[in-house]
Amino acid sequence: MTMIFGVPLAVFMGQLTLGLVNGAFYALLSLGLAVIFGLLKIVNFAHGAQYMLGAFAALLGFRYLGINYWLALILVPLVVGGFGMLMERFLLRRIAHLDHLYGLLLTFGLALIFEGTLVNFFGVSGARYTTPEALQGGMNLGFMFLPTYRAWVLVAALTMCLFTWFMIERTRLGAYLRAGTENSQLMQAFGVNVPLLITLTYGFGVALAAFAGVLAAPLYPVSPTMGSSLLIVVFAVVVIGGMGSILGAILTGLGMGVIEGLTKVYYPEASNTVIFLVMILVLMLRPAGLFGKEA
Amino acid sequence: MTFIKKTLATSIAVAAASSIAISTAQAEISNGEVRIGYLADMSGTYRDLAGPGGQKALEMAVADFGGSVNGAPIVVFSADDRNSADVGANTVREWIDQRNVDMVAGLVASSVTIAVTRVLEENNGLGIVSGSAASSITNEHCTPNHIHWVYDTYPLANGTAQAVVEQGGDSWFLLTADYAFGHALEGDVRRVVEESGGEVVGGVRHPFPTSDFSSYILQAQGSGAKIVGLANAGADTVNAITTASQFGLTQSGQQLAGLLIFLNDVHALGLDATQGLLLTTGWYWDMDEEAREWSERYYAEMGRMPTMVQAGVYSSTMHYLKAVEAAGTDDPETVRAQMAEMPVEDFFARNGRIREDGRMIHDMYLAQVKTPEESTGEWDLYEILSTIPAEDAYRPLSDSQCKLVQN
Repeated sequence: MTMIFGVPLAVFMGQLTLGLVNGAFYALLSLGLAVIFGLLKIVNFAHGAQYMLGAFAALLGFRYLGINYWLALILVPLVVGGFGMLMERFLLRRIAHLDHLYGLLLTFGLALIFEGTLVNFFGVSGARYTTPEALQGGMNLGFMFLPTYRAWVLVAALTMCLFTWFMIERTRLGAYLRAGTENSQLMQAFGVNVPLLITLTYGFGVALAAFAGVLAAPLYPVSPTMGSSLLIVVFAVVVIGGMGSILGAILTGLGMGVIEGLTKVYYPEASNTVIFLVMILVLMLRPAGLFGKEA
Repeated sequence: MTFIKKTLATSIAVAAASSIAISTAQAEISNGEVRIGYLADMSGTYRDLAGPGGQKALEMAVADFGGSVNGAPIVVFSADDRNSADVGANTVREWIDQRNVDMVAGLVASSVTIAVTRVLEENNGLGIVSGSAASSITNEHCTPNHIHWVYDTYPLANGTAQAVVEQGGDSWFLLTADYAFGHALEGDVRRVVEESGGEVVGGVRHPFPTSDFSSYILQAQGSGAKIVGLANAGADTVNAITTASQFGLTQSGQQLAGLLIFLNDVHALGLDATQGLLLTTGWYWDMDEEAREWSERYYAEMGRMPTMVQAGVYSSTMHYLKAVEAAGTDDPETVRAQMAEMPVEDFFARNGRIREDGRMIHDMYLAQVKTPEESTGEWDLYEILSTIPAEDAYRPLSDSQCKLVQN
């Protein structure tokens, strides 16, 4: 049997695949954060909670309104994203002129409120969301059994990432957005409604988190605390990739998923910390992040 | 006139005597109040197995006892330890120093409990551990200041692992939560599996808590072991079982053995994912009439059926209050001795008694999760297969490393 660093090739390949799947989640979540930070300069600590709200909305929508998975994949990001826009319009906008730290505190506080409220009603054990019929089962890749749903997550998350990158970097709307954050007064002078643009952008970032939440619902028990453990890792990914870099967030997300996956084979005890070790290294050697531009 | 005088004099004397009696009884209860602190994970991974439900059980015990002991009111404090040993130890230190708390109840994550029992020993307090699993709590970490009530890793391993090996599951792969409890359970399972003629072929120690188990399940599949033992608890176990079913672990011929499964875990996972699972439990709400009766009352308050930990909080608090009443004092040493003197026999514990190492031994049960067809209701989840007698279930004192045991 071919061995790679003392691990059979089949196991190694399996872990690589799973790492990519987890990495796709990191990419999707850090992308939302990067969009919000890069364009709005808001450190969105509510991102984990918004991801959790996405999963909960899918669960409750199914339970009480009979909304199926595919419909939830479209509806939930719209609803949670809309909720995000209300947050931006009525709360975040009021402190936009203050130091970033205030935005961080506000979003962190909101995250705690969302989590606490849901813990109060649903507890922490979590509930199961049934995998949609079409995506049940799995395929034998020769080196591993890959559940169909995880393959779907990889495809769906990457498609969404590329779509976002394209929207921001390659379309006129994206160009407005980037210009609006660069020099909002000038843009307003050109007749562009910059405040609306900002609200929409925040809503879009939140919708990305909710989309990830719906994708995660059949994988993990849907519980109010599912976002908080993920959030710190995702922030580390954004820091490693470079604050505000769209492509950086996507590539770093995938890369960190793989690194974490391999750590789980070689030294599982460190799998929760390895990403932070990478973060420290990157901050020491390239403070602006792997894909960030030096200020 | 003389008659009136006499009566008056007598009644004054009686009143004086009785007031003296009351004041001496109260003098024995420090601060004139019995103060109980409930420390548990109120918001994290272990919230549903202890948490606010455990606090409700404690309050039920206080109310059922009448709200006071020998005239001294019972006061309950509570705090969230957030599964942090630091937070737990500091809270208890403050409770003892500033609020004169007489007894600490709850105590869930083993790491928190071990830290708290040290504080209790330094300050001559009293703790009754209901939530924790590590058998080391009454072994190398035993103190004269705490009692371990509901269960521990020793009978969990004894009950489940032995039953599984006897059914032919003789090669094991262990998924272990990487902290005090997981290590204790892993050690106990390894011992039982090897003594029963089985073998542990591999294992992974995963960080606590972990949300994604796919990598570990894949390693377990690659190990070729017949049994994948879950030496973890709470949300970790739930996650591991969910992931195992996604990766078709059982379809490929391997079997899961959950070593610490709580009622709320099975409820959350659903019977489809858990049916047939063997587990060891200290108590089950539907095991007999007495248990059902108490559980129905609890259900009316909480809207959920109680876990063994929540029932244990009630049982242990009741036993504590009875001991305070009988001893006429809340002095930790006297109460601890009084508690050990009285046998424990209630809706929770059968054939229970407190040993010198602080272990409350009582009958344990080997149970199996019902199939969806067998279950008749939302909480009809277990079938009790057999009883493990108290004396056989727990680590024998002859093997004890506890400093309080003369070996």
